[in-house]
Amino acid sequence: MSWIPTTDADQQAMLSVIGVDDVESLFASIPEPLRMQSWDIPPGMSEMAVRNHMAELAARNTVGHTSFLGGGYYDHYIPAAVDALSGRSEFYTAYTPYQPESSQGTLQSIYEYQSAICRLTDMEFANASLYDGGTAVFEAATMSARITRRNRIVIHPSLNPTYKAMLHTHAANLDLEIVEGDDPEGAACVIVQNPSFHGTVADFTALAERCHAAKALLVVSFYPVSLGMVKTPGEMGADIAIAEGQSLGQPLGFGGPYLGIMATLKKHVRKMPGRIAGETQDSEGRRGFVLTLQAREQHIRRTKAMSNICSNQALCALRALIHLTLWGKKGFKDVAVACHSKAEYLKSKLGFVEILNEGPTFNEFAVRLPRNAADVCAALLEEGFVAGLPLADVNAGEANDLLIAVTEKHSREALDAFATALERVACS
Amino acid sequence: MQLIYEKSQPGRRALTLDALDVPTCSLPADLCRAQDARLPEMAEIDIVRHFTHLSQRNVGIDDTFYPLGSCTMKYNPKITEVAANEPGMAQLHPHFSSSPVFESECQGAYALIHELERQLAEVAGMKAASLQPIAGAHGELTGTLLMAAYHRDHGNTHKDTILIPDSAHGTNPASAVMAGFKVVEVPSDKDGTIHLETFEAMLTDKVAGIMLTCPNTHGLFETDVAKISELAHAKDALLYYDGANLNAIVGQCRPGDLGFDVMHYNLHKTFATPHGMGGPGCGPVGVGERLLPYLPGPRVVKKDDSFTLATPEKSIGRMAAFFGNFLIAVRAYAYMRHYGDAGMKEISRNAVLNANYIYARLKDTYQSAFPGNYMHECIFTALPQAEKGVHATDIAKSLLDRGFHAPTIYFPLTVKECLMIEPTETESKETLDAFCDAMLAIAEAAESDPDSLHAAPRSTPVGRLDEVKAARDLNCACL
Repeated sequence: MSWIPTTDADQQAMLSVIGVDDVESLFASIPEPLRMQSWDIPPGMSEMAVRNHMAELAARNTVGHTSFLGGGYYDHYIPAAVDALSGRSEFYTAYTPYQPESSQGTLQSIYEYQSAICRLTDMEFANASLYDGGTAVFEAATMSARITRRNRIVIHPSLNPTYKAMLHTHAANLDLEIVEGDDPEGAACVIVQNPSFHGTVADFTALAERCHAAKALLVVSFYPVSLGMVKTPGEMGADIAIAEGQSLGQPLGFGGPYLGIMATLKKHVRKMPGRIAGETQDSEGRRGFVLTLQAREQHIRRTKAMSNICSNQALCALRALIHLTLWGKKGFKDVAVACHSKAEYLKSKLGFVEILNEGPTFNEFAVRLPRNAADVCAALLEEGFVAGLPLADVNAGEANDLLIAVTEKHSREALDAFATALERVACS
Repeated sequence: MQLIYEKSQPGRRALTLDALDVPTCSLPADLCRAQDARLPEMAEIDIVRHFTHLSQRNVGIDDTFYPLGSCTMKYNPKITEVAANEPGMAQLHPHFSSSPVFESECQGAYALIHELERQLAEVAGMKAASLQPIAGAHGELTGTLLMAAYHRDHGNTHKDTILIPDSAHGTNPASAVMAGFKVVEVPSDKDGTIHLETFEAMLTDKVAGIMLTCPNTHGLFETDVAKISELAHAKDALLYYDGANLNAIVGQCRPGDLGFDVMHYNLHKTFATPHGMGGPGCGPVGVGERLLPYLPGPRVVKKDDSFTLATPEKSIGRMAAFFGNFLIAVRAYAYMRHYGDAGMKEISRNAVLNANYIYARLKDTYQSAFPGNYMHECIFTALPQAEKGVHATDIAKSLLDRGFHAPTIYFPLTVKECLMIEPTETESKETLDAFCDAMLAIAEAAESDPDSLHAAPRSTPVGRLDEVKAARDLNCACL
C-alpha cells in the first residue's frame, strides 16, 4: 500500500529479529473466537480515483452563490497567507507540545493567540482555545458554577438557540439548573450574546453591575469580527468572554473545525478549563514557552479536573492569530466598518419588509417578509442567491422571518441585485 | 525569539480592503469600543517570516519519526488535504442543514457523512456512528451521556458508577464525572491487564458501565474481554470502548464483536487526520443495538435517492452545532476510501509488526514494563537507568538531540519512569533501525557518561525550560 513502506523482504527481516514466523503470530493474544469474520468495506481506490471521487461529492454541494446566510457562522474573506502559513507541515503535522524544547513554534503561537484574544476582548487571561462556540457556553457555565459554588445558569434571550440546545445536552446529568431570563439573583451566571442571535447590538454594562451585586458572573458570548467596532466584553464588566472563533480565518467547512474562544479575569484563571501557555526561560536565560497551570487538567487531576477537554483547536487558533495579524490594528477595524456599513446599506434598500430588531445591528438583522421565508429562499436559490436563514427552522422566529447577514465580501452591486430580487420574490 | 507584538510598528499594514462602495456607518458611541484592539501593525513579509520562523522551531511527522505512545503519529497523506480543500467542502455553509429549503444544496456532504458513518460503524462492528463529537474526549462525554440516557430510560436509577482501569487516559474519569457518574478505579494486574476476579468483585449493581481501552495503554490486548462483557451485561452494565488504540486491531477484530456497546473513534489516530499541534481532532461515537435509540441528532438518513435529516426519538440531543469537525471527517473519509477493504487490514498488521520489531531490538537493553505480547506499542521502564540518575525525561531529551521526537513518557501512570513507544505502520525499517540505534546509544551513554544526558537537549531552539517559574510568575499574555 502506498502509505506503508514495508516490503516483503523488510517484513521477513523484521520477523526473524522478533523471532516469529509470520505477522499473524503477533496477534496471538486476541482469542480466536473474537477475530473478525467479515466486514462490508468497499475495495480501495488509487489516489487519482479518490481525488476524482472527492471532486464529484464536492460538486453536489452549492458554493459560489451570493449568500446572506449567517446565524453565527460567516463568510469572511480569508487572507491568502493564512492558508500558506498554517499549511506548513511543521505546524499541522505536529502534536501537543509534550516536548516543549522542540515545540516552541506551537507554544509561542498559542501565547501570541492568547495575547491577541486578551487585546481583542479587554480581558486578562485567555486559554489556548476550546472546541467551538457552543461547547464554550457549556464550559463557561460549569466554570461559573465552580467559581460561585452555585448551580443556576441563566440563559439570556440573546443567546444562539443551538448553543442553548447544546448546553442542555451537555449538562443533562449535572446538578445545574438552566433557566431563561436575565435575573442574576442566586445564579452562578447570566449568559448573554452580543450581538444577539438576531443581530442586535447591546451594552450589557448595567447587567454586569447587577450580576456583581448579586455575586453572580456575567458571561458574554461575542462575535469576534464585531469587536473591530463594538464595545468589548471587558469594557462591559464581563467575567468570562467566550466566542465561536470561525469568523477569524476558518473556512465555513459545513460546521468545523472551528475554535471556541475563552477569556477571563486573573482572579478566575485557576478555574478556567483548557490548555494555557505561559512564558518562562531555559537555564541560559533564553525566553521560552510551556503549557502551564496543568494541575487544572484531566491528565493530572482526572475526576477532579476543570473539564475533560484534552486537546485544543491549536491549528485553528494559529489560523485565527495569523488572520488577526494580517488585518492588523487598522485593517481589523476596517473589516468591521465595512460589514456594518454594507449591512446598513442593504437594510436601507429593504423598505418593503419589517425589520424585527429593536436596537442597532452590526452586520446581521432579522426581517419579516410578506410571505413564507423558506418559500422566498427556494425561489431565490433559482436566481443564485442564498437569501438567509429562515428563522422558524431554528425555532427563533415565525414562518415569514428571515435572518440576513452581510460581510465585507458583498459588493454594492450584489446588495442592489439582492434587494431587487428579494422585493420581486417576497412581494409577488 | 521576539513576540509578534514586539515587531509591531505604528502605521504599518499588511492587508487592506477596497475603498468602501457604500456610505460609511457607525454604531452609537456608547456601543463602540473605546480604542482599537492593539493588534500587530506589520508588513506581510514580516508576518510571513515570523510564522515561518515559528514553524522552524517546531517538529512534525513530516520532519521526523514521532513515536508518541497512545497518540498514533502516523503519516498524514497529502491527498486528504486536497480533499478537505475542495471548495465544495471547505466553503459549504453549515446552516444549509438548518432548513429543509437548502437540503438540495448539500447532498454531497450528506452522502459523505452517511457513508463515513456507515464505514466507521462497520470497521468497529457497531450498528451506527455519529460524527457529532468534536474530539476524542468529547466522544467520551457523548458516550457516557448515552449510557446515562439508557439507564434513565430503563429505570436503573441506582446505577451511578463507572469502572475505569488505573491505566486509562485521564479523559475517561473526567468525562464520566461530567456525565454525572462516580468513578471507581480498577487496578491492573502485574501482567498489565485486568484481573478477572478483581473486576468481578467490583462489579456491583451500582455499576452503570465500564470504560476500557483495548489494547490497553500498556499495549496489551485484554484477553478476558469477552468474559468481562458477559459479566457486565448480566448486570445490565454497559461496556465503553476507548478508541485510542483502535489502530492496533482495525481489520483483525471489532469492538462490537467483543461485546462493546459504545465507543469513540479518534480520527486523528487510526484514520490519519493531522494532529494540528494538539487539535482539531474528531471523535465520532459508535453504538451497538442497546444505545442506538439515543444517538445525538439530527442524523443524516437516506430517503429514496437522496439524503435528509432525522432525529432519533430518544436522542440525547445535539452534542455539536452541526456534524462535528466535518473537514476532518472529509480527510478520514478520503483515507478510508484509498485503503478500502484489503488496505485497512494492512494498517494494524504493520503497526503491530513495527512495534514488536522495536521491542525485539530494545528489550535486552531497556527493561520491559510487562512480560511482552505487545501489540501496536511497547512499554519500557527506565527504572534501571534512573538508579544511575538517568530518568525517562533525560532519555526523551536526548532523543531530541539525535533528531527524533521522544516517545510518550510518564504515562500510563501505572508504570514508573515509563517510556511508551508507538511507531505506527507508516515508518520504514530503516527509520525504526535508526531510532533503535539512537535508543541503544543513549542507554550506553547512561552507563558511561550520564551527565551528557542531563544536559540534553542542546540542539533545540531552547534548552530545558523552567516550568516552576512559568506557574509562579504567571505570564500568559502580552497585554
